[in-house]
Amino acid sequence: MSPIIAEPPSKDVRDQKHPMEKLLRMDRIPHIWCPTCGLGTTVTALAMAFEELELDLDKVAVVSGIGCTGRVAGYMKVDSFHATHGRAMPYAFGLALARPDMKVIVFSGDGDLASIGGNHFIHAARRNANLTVVCVNNFIYAMTGGQSAPTTPTTAKSSTSPYGTCEHPCNLPLLAGSSGATYVARWTCLHVRRLTKAIKEAINKKGFSFVEVIAPCATLYARLNKLGSGLDLMRFYHENSVIKHGADLNELDIDYQSKIIVGKFVDIEKPTFLDLYNQANKRAFGDKYQPYGGDNGVK
Amino acid sequence: MQADPKNVLTGSHYLDGNHACAEGALAAGCKFFAGYPLTPSTEIAERVARRFPMLGGIFVQMEDELASITAILGASWGGKKTMTCTSGPGFSLMMENFGLGIMTETPFVLVNVQRGGPSTGLPTLPGQADIMQARWGSHGDYEVIALAPDSPQECFEFTIDAFNLSEKYRMPVLLMTDECVGHMTERVVIPEADQIELVERRYTKKKPGEGWPFEHNGSDIPPMLPIGEGYRFHVTGLTHDYRGYPVIDAEAQKWKVEHLMDKVRKHADEIIRYEQEGVEDAEVVVMAYGISSRVVRRAIDQARAEGIKVGLVKLITIWPFAEKLVAELSAKVKSLVMVELNMGQLYYEMERCARGRCKTTLVGHTGGAVHKPEVIYAAIKEAAQ
Ligand code: SF4
Repeated sequence: MSPIIAEPPSKDVRDQKHPMEKLLRMDRIPHIWCPTCGLGTTVTALAMAFEELELDLDKVAVVSGIGCTGRVAGYMKVDSFHATHGRAMPYAFGLALARPDMKVIVFSGDGDLASIGGNHFIHAARRNANLTVVCVNNFIYAMTGGQSAPTTPTTAKSSTSPYGTCEHPCNLPLLAGSSGATYVARWTCLHVRRLTKAIKEAINKKGFSFVEVIAPCATLYARLNKLGSGLDLMRFYHENSVIKHGADLNELDIDYQSKIIVGKFVDIEKPTFLDLYNQANKRAFGDKYQPYGGDNGVK
Repeated sequence: MQADPKNVLTGSHYLDGNHACAEGALAAGCKFFAGYPLTPSTEIAERVARRFPMLGGIFVQMEDELASITAILGASWGGKKTMTCTSGPGFSLMMENFGLGIMTETPFVLVNVQRGGPSTGLPTLPGQADIMQARWGSHGDYEVIALAPDSPQECFEFTIDAFNLSEKYRMPVLLMTDECVGHMTERVVIPEADQIELVERRYTKKKPGEGWPFEHNGSDIPPMLPIGEGYRFHVTGLTHDYRGYPVIDAEAQKWKVEHLMDKVRKHADEIIRYEQEGVEDAEVVVMAYGISSRVVRRAIDQARAEGIKVGLVKLITIWPFAEKLVAELSAKVKSLVMVELNMGQLYYEMERCARGRCKTTLVGHTGGAVHKPEVIYAAIKEAAQ
């Protein structure tokens, strides 16, 4: 959260309707995020994806964990759940199995999903849980004040690595792909159209779909590393990204302030957990078995 | 409402406590179970996994206990009756999201088939040393409901009771059994479905756009909102207001925490259950729960045969604790004796409620076996002096 207090908007601006009003909990705006945080455009991309897909928003749920990104669930005007740190994935998995007719989206940060929630991430992907996962990677624990994350690039500074991070960071697309995801993409938060398209594809994909969003944390990562404003960093990520669809997942490591490979890397079909559950029971009980969730072929 | 006959295995069976507990869950209408193998509780998960497919339920073996309890929270908001089981270290791991269940007022049942601890302790042997963890295991202030069965029959019945309490008070409920009860095989009589009364989930009567997930007055239990029906509600583990929106201040905290306490405290008389035997003229009353309440009977019989006026209180609910009962008894008996498979947990509650009005004695045990009746007999004899 930012120490910066923005100028209050003028009356004209206040009187204007927000274009995303239908999709946001306007009674919770202003949000808590800092000016030029990358979360703004990322949430816009999610909202645009909902709108362009013409989803029945009554049948969409968003589940977040803890952190700055973890607050997303609270701003989306759908059934939404703000779980404990790292546990968005199993929460969403339980919800999606209870309601196979709904589209369940996990929207959380890199620290939440890859560190404390790392085991859940691996196993949700391995099971091919019918979930869309959007992970905003800002390379740092932001909500708690700028500590190292499992994604912090080697040598980058954080409040707990004041002399530079001495660990190798996670390659999230590789983690998702090798664990079994059916869809894997990465974009920066300034690739708004491409990111929106990726989120749309991910939502339509049956099974575990994963979109990583590279986004600046203005207040902590940019400041601790003297990288300018959030906007400067957003532009840097955009300008230094190289689009390479179908890239080998092993190539996708991110070094400190260098090239970022973006694109769609995995797009495959395979049975979901529920498909296999129903198949197993069908084998065991034959026609007497009523498939769980009925015809749940779509997410 | 009555149980669905499809879910009820009516008849007389020879079952151990764990299998009986699984049948209780099915009879109660449980349709989602997420679990992780943990001796000595695992047979519950195994039986549910075997029985669920033809009952329209879904079983998932999760990657750990953190995931198991969180998945049942998600599924509970998805509209299912849900349960998980564990023991020992698994119970410790579940405490984080047990708290999320308390805070978000989410109904589900958590079964702890207690074994000896601390740490990995005695995986295959009994203990009753998680009693205070059941009460205080997750951080923060809250009240819990916990039941302690002493037989396979009670495992069946109390599991149904646990589901009913969780729906009625809109909160997670604990079933605290132990390795002995879980693995003891006895006759279990499962009644006809129409003899099993179930509490169904209470949903708001308000229209979408008007209902909020945590609207309550005083100690009233707020109705839930159904997912996927246009209410578009928000649920968070942060301190929140009636809308479910985070509010980080002392006032909101007071509103929420007092509600979490009140909804149990103000209904304590309806929730608390126990059985009494020979208490009317007793000079010594032995209190016990779970497996220990069976072991004490031999010692009590022996003491009575020798003319000692001794009675028994078998606690069915261990939380909330039967404060009033202990206060009343302490005013008229010479001595209260607590027998439990730990080194003093519920004993201190009993001592607190007795307020020095009578003598109190702990017959503790470090676990791994049940008490020897002679030890309990000796304590009763001394207490009667
Ligand atoms: S991620 Fe950084 S910039 Fe964004 S809201 Fe959090 S602290 Fe502020």
